[in-house]
Amino acid sequence: MDDTAIGLWGVPLAILAGAIRVSTPFIFVSLGETITERSGRINLGLEGTLVFGAMTAYAVAVMSGSAWLGVVAAMASGALFGAVHGWICKWPKVNDIAIGIAMMQFGLGLAFFLGKSFIQPAAPHLPAIPFGFWSNLQPVQAALNINILFILGAALALVLWWAFRNTRIGLMLRVVGDSTDAARAMGIDPDRVRLLATAVGGSLAAIGGAYLSLYYPGSWNERISSGQGLMAVALVIFARWNPIGCFVAALLFGGAGALGPALQSVGVTQGYYLFYAAPYVLTLVIMIITSSPTRALSGAPGALSLTK
Amino acid sequence: MTVEVNESALSIVQQSRAQLRPALKWLARRAEPVVITLGAILVGLALFSLFILTVGKSPADLFRFMYAGGFGSWFSIQNSLSRASPLLLTALCVALPARLGLVIIGGEGAVVLGGVAAAAIALPIIGLLSPIIVLVLMALAAMTIGGIWIGLAGFLRHYRGVNETISSLLLAYIAIALMNQFVEGPLRDPASLNKPSTKPLPHDYMLGNIPGMDVHWGLVIGIIACVVSWILLEMTSYGFAARIAGGNVRAAQIQGLPVGRLIAGFTAIAGSFAGLAGMIEVAAVQGSANASLAAGYGYTGILVAFLARHNPLAIIPVAILLGGIDASGGLIQRRMGLPDATVLVLQGTLFIVILFGETFYGRFKIFNPDLWKRGA
Repeated sequence: MDDTAIGLWGVPLAILAGAIRVSTPFIFVSLGETITERSGRINLGLEGTLVFGAMTAYAVAVMSGSAWLGVVAAMASGALFGAVHGWICKWPKVNDIAIGIAMMQFGLGLAFFLGKSFIQPAAPHLPAIPFGFWSNLQPVQAALNINILFILGAALALVLWWAFRNTRIGLMLRVVGDSTDAARAMGIDPDRVRLLATAVGGSLAAIGGAYLSLYYPGSWNERISSGQGLMAVALVIFARWNPIGCFVAALLFGGAGALGPALQSVGVTQGYYLFYAAPYVLTLVIMIITSSPTRALSGAPGALSLTK
Repeated sequence: MTVEVNESALSIVQQSRAQLRPALKWLARRAEPVVITLGAILVGLALFSLFILTVGKSPADLFRFMYAGGFGSWFSIQNSLSRASPLLLTALCVALPARLGLVIIGGEGAVVLGGVAAAAIALPIIGLLSPIIVLVLMALAAMTIGGIWIGLAGFLRHYRGVNETISSLLLAYIAIALMNQFVEGPLRDPASLNKPSTKPLPHDYMLGNIPGMDVHWGLVIGIIACVVSWILLEMTSYGFAARIAGGNVRAAQIQGLPVGRLIAGFTAIAGSFAGLAGMIEVAAVQGSANASLAAGYGYTGILVAFLARHNPLAIIPVAILLGGIDASGGLIQRRMGLPDATVLVLQGTLFIVILFGETFYGRFKIFNPDLWKRGA
C-alpha cells in the first residue's frame, strides 16, 4: 500500500504524527522551565542547555554504545548548567533574563566546540514502541511509532501537575515562587529552592536535547535546534505554568510545525516557507488574546520578573 | 629653616588636595563601571585561558593570534571595523528599549526584513533613478519595516501586556520565515541555484567604501546612529521621560507622560536601526538579500548592548572589540586547529562574567565619594 491509499486523510494523520514526533523536546524543556519559573526565576538559557544536552547525549552514546547512558549524561550536564545559572542569579542586582541569554550563548558555543568531532560517527538510537501494529497501512504505522521519551514526558506532566498541588515539595516551590518574604518567614531558604529548581529544569531541558540527537532527527550537528529551547519558554507562558497545559501546548506546537510538510505531501506547495512560521504565529496570537494590560497573567508566580 | 620649608610644602600639598577633591570624586563615580567591567573582562579571560589549557592548547598563543587577527595589522583592523558596523546598529536595537526597562531580543527579525525590504524596493527602480536616491529609498524601506517589526513588540507590550522579550523573539522567527518565502518565491533570482537570492545589485548601486579604507560606509552610519541615540537619550526630554517611565510606569503616568507613545516610539526607532543594519548588509556586503542575512548579528547585538551597559557611546568601542574577536576567529581556526566556535565560547564566558559583575556595583567604598573619610 502506498501513501495515496488514504488520500486527504493523510493530512491530519501527518499532523498528528508530526505533533507526536516534534513535541517531545518542547514537552521536556517546558516542564523543566515550569519548575524553574514556579520557583520565581526564569531561565532563558535553556536553548543552550538543550543543545549542549544533545551534544553530550550523542557523544556519550557514541562512546558507550548505550543511548540511555547518553540521556543520563545529558541530564547531568543540564543540571550543571542549571546550577550555574541558579548560583549566579542568587546574587543581588544580577538580571536573570540577561544571564539566561548569556548562558544560552555559552552553552551553544561549548556544545559546538566540544561536539565538533562527533558530527561524523553514528550513535545508537533511542527505542520506539510501534503502537500502529494493528494497522496494515504504512503511514498509520509510521505515525504511531512512538518514542519512549514521549510517553515519559506525558507521564511526567501528570506527575508534576499532581505534585505541585499535593506534595510538600510542590507547595514549598509555589510559596518560594509567589513570595520570597513568605518563604523566608516559613524558614525556607528561597535561594536554595531556586537553585535546585533551576538545576532540575536544566536536566529536563537536556533530555529534550537528547531526544533530538538520539531519535528525531537523530544526529548531531550545529543546526540541530532551531530555537526549540527558546520557544518552550514561550510555551510555558501560554500554558499558564500548568504542566498539563505544557503537554497540550507542545502537541499543538508540534502539530502546527507539521502543517507545512503535511500539506506539501498532498500537493499544496504555495507559501511553503510561510508554514514554518505557523507555530510562532500561533503562539503570538494566543499570547495576544490571553494577555491583558491591566492585570498580571493568571497563574503567574508572584516573584517572577517576567510578568511584572 | 628646614622646618619652615616643610610646613609650606605641606600646606601646598593640602591645598592642592582640596582642589583635587572634586575632580577625584568625579573620577571615582565615573570609574566604577569602567573598573568593574575591565575587572570582569580579566576574570573572563582567565577562565577562558583555563578552558583552553584543559583542551591542551596554549592560551598565550591563542591571545596572540586573536590580537593579530583582530587588531594586529591595518588589514585586520579594517576587517574588525567592517564587522563592527552591523553590531553598532543591532546593539542600539537593544539599548534604546532598555532605557524603558524593556528587554528586546528579536533584533534579528528586523535585520532580516530590513534586508529583504531594501532589495525589494531597489530592484524595480534600478536604472530609473540615480544610485544615491535608490540607496536612500532602500534605507527608508528597511528602517520602516524594521521599525514596524520591533515597534509591534513595544505596542503589544503596552497595549496588550504581552511580554516583549518573548514576542520580539517570536517575531524574529516569523521574519525569517517571511524572508525565506520572499527569497525562494516572488523575489528569487532564477540564476541563483544553490543559494537562493534576490537579483544582485549592480556595482554602481552598492554602498561603497570610506575613501582610503577597505571599510564600507556602514561603519560611519552606525557611529552616527550611536551618537544620535546618545543625544536622544541624554540631551532631550524624551530620553529623560523614557528613563522615568522605565523606572516606574505609574509615576510616569501620574506625571502625564505619554508612556504608550514613548514605548512605541523608542521600540520603533530601535527597530529601524536594526532594519538599517539589514539594508547595509544587502547594499554593502552581500549585494542581494539571501539567507546570510540571518547571521546572528541580532543576537551578538544583545551582547554588545549589555556589555556597553546600554550606553550608545560605549557601544562604539565594544562593537569594535567584538568585531575584532569575530574577525580573529578564522585565524585561530587555521593556526591552532581550534573549532570556529572558540570565539562563541569566549563571548559567552565574557558575557556571563560581565553580567555577574553587576552585583559588585555599589559594593566598593572607593567608588562612592560620600563614604570617603574626611581628610583622606
